[in-house]
Amino acid sequence: MLTKRIIPCLDIKDGQTVKGVNFENLRYAGDPVELAMIYANEGADELVFLDITATHEKRKTLAALVEKIAAKINIPFSVGGGISSVEDVNILLKSGADKVSVNSAAVKNPQLINDIADKFGSQCLILAIDAKETTGNWKVYLNGGRLETELELFTWAKEGEQRGAGEILFTSMNHDGTKNGFANVALRQLSETVNIPIIASGGAGNMEHFYETFTAGKCDAALAASIFHFGEIKIKALKEYLYQKQIPVRL
Amino acid sequence: MKLVIIDYGAGNTQSVKFAFQRLGMAPVLSSDKDEILSADKIIFLGVGHAKAAMEVLKEKKLDVLIPQLKQPVLGICLGMQLLCKHSEEGDTECLNVFDADVKLFEPKLKVPHIGWNDTMGLHSKNGSVWNFNKDYFYFVHSYYVPVNDFTSAICNYVTDFSAAIQKNNFYAVQFHPEKSGAAGEQLLKQFLSI
Repeated sequence: MLTKRIIPCLDIKDGQTVKGVNFENLRYAGDPVELAMIYANEGADELVFLDITATHEKRKTLAALVEKIAAKINIPFSVGGGISSVEDVNILLKSGADKVSVNSAAVKNPQLINDIADKFGSQCLILAIDAKETTGNWKVYLNGGRLETELELFTWAKEGEQRGAGEILFTSMNHDGTKNGFANVALRQLSETVNIPIIASGGAGNMEHFYETFTAGKCDAALAASIFHFGEIKIKALKEYLYQKQIPVRL
Repeated sequence: MKLVIIDYGAGNTQSVKFAFQRLGMAPVLSSDKDEILSADKIIFLGVGHAKAAMEVLKEKKLDVLIPQLKQPVLGICLGMQLLCKHSEEGDTECLNVFDADVKLFEPKLKVPHIGWNDTMGLHSKNGSVWNFNKDYFYFVHSYYVPVNDFTSAICNYVTDFSAAIQKNNFYAVQFHPEKSGAAGEQLLKQFLSI
C-alpha cells in the first residue's frame, strides 16, 4: 500500500539552514547536508529545500549545494525558491535534485508549468501555493506571502494540474507558525478538486495534527520545519504513532 | 568491475551515479557504443516522456544497441518501460526486449503514483533474483507494466503491477533504487553481485 509521506523542510540562506536546529551530536548546526542525512536516517520520506535567498547571484551556490546533498542522501528531495525559468530547473535537476517547486513565477507566467512539465516530466514538478483565507475565500499570495493576488486557491490548483504539475504543496498562511494543526478543511477540498498528490504545509504542532491531516485533510504527505528542527517531534516516533493509528507509513 | 550508465540526457543520471559511488563504484557515463560494450554491467535509466526518450535513443543509435547487450542490464523507471514493446505514453514503440505493453494508470487513485510503496519480490517463482519481502521502495510514475510472465516483483497501486521484470540478462525496476534508502542500496548491491 502506498504510504503517507513525512517531509521535513529546510530553509536555506547562503548555503546554510536558517531556522534553528536543536540536535545533539550535530557538529555544524547550519549545515544542510548534515541535517539532511540525520533526517534521512531517522526515516524522513523526502526532503524539501527552500532557498530563501534565491537571487540570481546565488543560483550557482545553490546548484553546488544540491550536488553535495545528492551525493550524500539516498531519499528523494526537492528544491524551491526563486525558480523562474526552464534553465533554472535544468541546472538543479542536472545537479541531482529529484524535483523542483515553483511558486510566484508560475503565477506570473503559468506557461512555465507547461514548459517544465513538457521538458522534464510532471513527476519532477511541485506547484507550491501560499494562500490565506479571508471571509471564506482562499486567495493566493506571492513572494513568500507578501503580495496578495486575485487568484483563488482551488481554481489555481486545478489550472496547475491541467498545465502539468505533478504535486501540489499547499501552505496555509492562516495556519503557518500557529502549531494549531493543518488547514484540513481546505486541504480536503483541494484533494477532491485535483487528482494529483497534495502535500500539507503550515500548522504542525503535535503528532495528532499529522494524523488529522492524513484522515480529515485527505493529504498524501505532510511537511513541517520547526517542530522537527527543534526536536519537538522525532520523525521515528511520529511514524510509529501514525502506524499505531493505522495510517500507512514506511517504518 | 566496469559499470557504465548509459547517458542520453536523462534527468536522474546524477542521482544514480552518486548512488553507485556511495557503494564504492566508479560508474562511467557514456553514450558511446564501444564504451558501453566494454562494460561488465550496464545501467539504463530515464525519467520524463517515453516518446522524447525514444527519439534521443534513435538519434544516438542506442535503440539498436541496447536490445543486443549481453551483460547484465539494470533498467530503472522509464528505463524499464522503454525496454518493453509499446507504451501508451505518446503511443510509442519501444525497445521490445520484453514483450509487454506499458499502460496509463486509471485515475481511480491519484496519478502519478508518488511515494514509498511495499513491494514483493517473486523469488520463489519465476527464478526472480529479488527476494525482498514487503520492502518499501520509492515510486514516481503515471504509466505501469501490468503483471506478466516476466514479472519478478509486484506492487499494488490502483491494480497489481510489475515493480520489476526480468528476462535473461535484463533486469528492470519501476521504482528508484537510488532514492529508496537502505532497501534501494541493497538492491543495487545485489545487481552488482549478479
